[in-house]
Amino acid sequence: MIVSGRKLRVATTSLAGCFGCHMSFLDIDEHLLELVELVEFDRSPLTDIKHCGPCDIGIIEGGVCNAENVHVLREFRKHCKILIALGACAVTGGLPAQRNHLDVGQCLQEVYHTCIGVESLPGGQVPNDPELPLLLDKVHPIHEVVRVDYFIPGCPPSGEAIWKFLTDLIAGHTPRLSHPILRFD
Amino acid sequence: MEPIANSLDAVLEAVLSKRRRDPTQLLQILREVQEQVGYIPPPALTAIAAALKLPRARVEGVAGFYSFLHLQPVGKYRVLFSDNATDRLLGNLDLLGTMCQKLWVEQGKVSEDGLVSVDVTSCTGMCDQGPALLVNGRPITRLTHQRVNEICELIRSRRPLSLWPQEYFRVEDNIRRKDDLLNTVLEPGAALAAAMALGPEAWLGEVQKSSLRGRGGAGFTTGVKWEACRNAPGEERVIVCNADEGEPGTFKDRVLLTSYPDHVFEGMTLAAYATGARQGFLYLRGEYRYLLEPLEAALQRRREAGLLGQGIRGQAGFDFDIEIHLGAGAYVCGEETALIESLEGKRGTPRIRPPFPVIKGYLGRPTVVNNVETLAKTVLIALEGAERFAAVGTAQSTGTKLLSISGDCAFPGIYEYPFGVSIEQILEDCGATDVQAVQVGGASGTCLASYEFHRGIAYEDVPTAGSFMIFDTSRDLFEVARNFVHFFAHESCGFCTPCRVGTSLLQNFMDKLATGHGAKYDLADIEWINRLLKAASHCGLGLAAANPVVETLIKFRPAYERRLQSLDFAPAFDLDQSLAEARRMTGRDDADAHLSSVEAHR
Repeated sequence: MIVSGRKLRVATTSLAGCFGCHMSFLDIDEHLLELVELVEFDRSPLTDIKHCGPCDIGIIEGGVCNAENVHVLREFRKHCKILIALGACAVTGGLPAQRNHLDVGQCLQEVYHTCIGVESLPGGQVPNDPELPLLLDKVHPIHEVVRVDYFIPGCPPSGEAIWKFLTDLIAGHTPRLSHPILRFD
Repeated sequence: MEPIANSLDAVLEAVLSKRRRDPTQLLQILREVQEQVGYIPPPALTAIAAALKLPRARVEGVAGFYSFLHLQPVGKYRVLFSDNATDRLLGNLDLLGTMCQKLWVEQGKVSEDGLVSVDVTSCTGMCDQGPALLVNGRPITRLTHQRVNEICELIRSRRPLSLWPQEYFRVEDNIRRKDDLLNTVLEPGAALAAAMALGPEAWLGEVQKSSLRGRGGAGFTTGVKWEACRNAPGEERVIVCNADEGEPGTFKDRVLLTSYPDHVFEGMTLAAYATGARQGFLYLRGEYRYLLEPLEAALQRRREAGLLGQGIRGQAGFDFDIEIHLGAGAYVCGEETALIESLEGKRGTPRIRPPFPVIKGYLGRPTVVNNVETLAKTVLIALEGAERFAAVGTAQSTGTKLLSISGDCAFPGIYEYPFGVSIEQILEDCGATDVQAVQVGGASGTCLASYEFHRGIAYEDVPTAGSFMIFDTSRDLFEVARNFVHFFAHESCGFCTPCRVGTSLLQNFMDKLATGHGAKYDLADIEWINRLLKAASHCGLGLAAANPVVETLIKFRPAYERRLQSLDFAPAFDLDQSLAEARRMTGRDDADAHLSSVEAHR
């Protein structure tokens, strides 16, 4: 998908993730220098751009756990021609989805009231500043909220896998990861 | 608690010794223990494992596989409503709702007093006289609100099943059209005498000349199968009659086993004569448990007449006998290798083929697995000769075919036709008008729209194991397909991931569409899952699981499209509702505390 006359624009973000996938992305090491020859970054922790503009590729780490995640994800879907779920949390919900077995109300109760060592806020209030995004009752993989084009499994996917996937994509091949770089752990 | 433990020990001892502590009898042992105790308590699993010298995990694995075996109490009365698409047409879910309400019980749960549980089960083979249910394994047909009310009363008054009105348990044959097979009156032993007059080789040659093909759906040539078994290396050969009639909408084998058992058993003996087998099994689906005693009696009569056992019809060395094994509610056991695994007392997981059962089947022995109807048909060949048999039907499909007709028609039941009969003709004969579609061959078969009704029933045109379900123009074919998809997701044996996960994903997509969250993109995903199921499944179940959806998507696409939102994607759940609990906990109701279900066009 080499677009003549300009570099591809890539945006990345982490939703309900741990930034481990972004760290793994940085693990492509010296390939980063090759990459910046091929692409330029839009919204990403690497650029600190706050909102996503029109892009060729959007890379999402992490699942969807709160209202803000939904807004960010929709912004990416709207502006990116290709959207990639990067890593276990984006693909399946991952570790944060372990709370799906619990009631979110009881979780908040436990964390802000009853947990030993917690000093309750006045009036027994759960923090309610409108700046804070509300939690969804369940954590969802991103493909349950928007349409997703590609999935890269792994916790995290190796730098090698990410590099192979991106270079395939940039070269216009259907990206293909096979053993041993395709792995789910 | 002491007396209970003692009585459990007594039950176990009686069952285990009757079954000779034979590990291949594990499924039968579990089933018989449950028949007496009501469920299989954990100490029973431990004791059975010890007695059979099997790992306990193996025993629990088998007990957990079959949906009619229970490791927890399921109530004194266990009511299972048949939930085939045809039962749905007759309002089974409405009746189930009424019963749950009257008995104060939630579907799928045991009532608090441990008296009763009510749930659904896959097609019970009573589609021509539905809606139907099973109570403690016994079928009750022709349900109405009145009958359901009466049943609730009987359950509440804890009346034993033996004192319920016998009328409830009446199962009709409903034979509507007889042809060569159903018109044959068989003097037990007559077909055998004719075959024995030819000798085994000439008899096998006769079967091959008839071009008889398997009536279970796949249509493999019976004579070729028998010859392969006869020529396979090995001392002991086995004949298995596949009476695990699980394909939704099929009930012809039930009728043959009810009213033509001698045809079936004589057919098995004819197969034994041709192949040299000495051991025979009838694998009877658990839903037909009520046929066990009459079938055992028929076997006993044949033994007494010298038609089974040692030296059949006085010929030294012609030894053959038949044992009946009961299944326990697993559709996949209709697949021949899964059936053999089940016969060996294991989970019904299909084997990898080759080797085919004719080479390595039951306990590694060369094994012929034939459908009930196929075996009954061999009687005709013996009595009237291959030429007469092959003169009926079409070039590639000789003889006649039994069809199990149900759904929207005036006269549901069994129809025997020569192969080649057109769908139009059948619809006219059974009194079906205003027909929108016919599902031929069951859930895994094919869905025919009205422009295809000129086509004929034959292996080379519309093949079928016998199921023929009719849907008139008032019916919603999306819901029919959804019913079948739920069926496959429930019946997937869980062995291979593509099928286990694929059938569940398919079910989720159909449910998403049903609740009005569907988008065009989901239809593309359904097609992708279909490709995955077809390419990667271990057996035919996964292969066929998406058929009902794919076929209706092609032929009845508007039934899907009218459920779609005009979007390229929509989540399967309500995003704003997902924030409700957090809103309640924080007391917030500002704009940022809400989410639109679809992206706002700002």
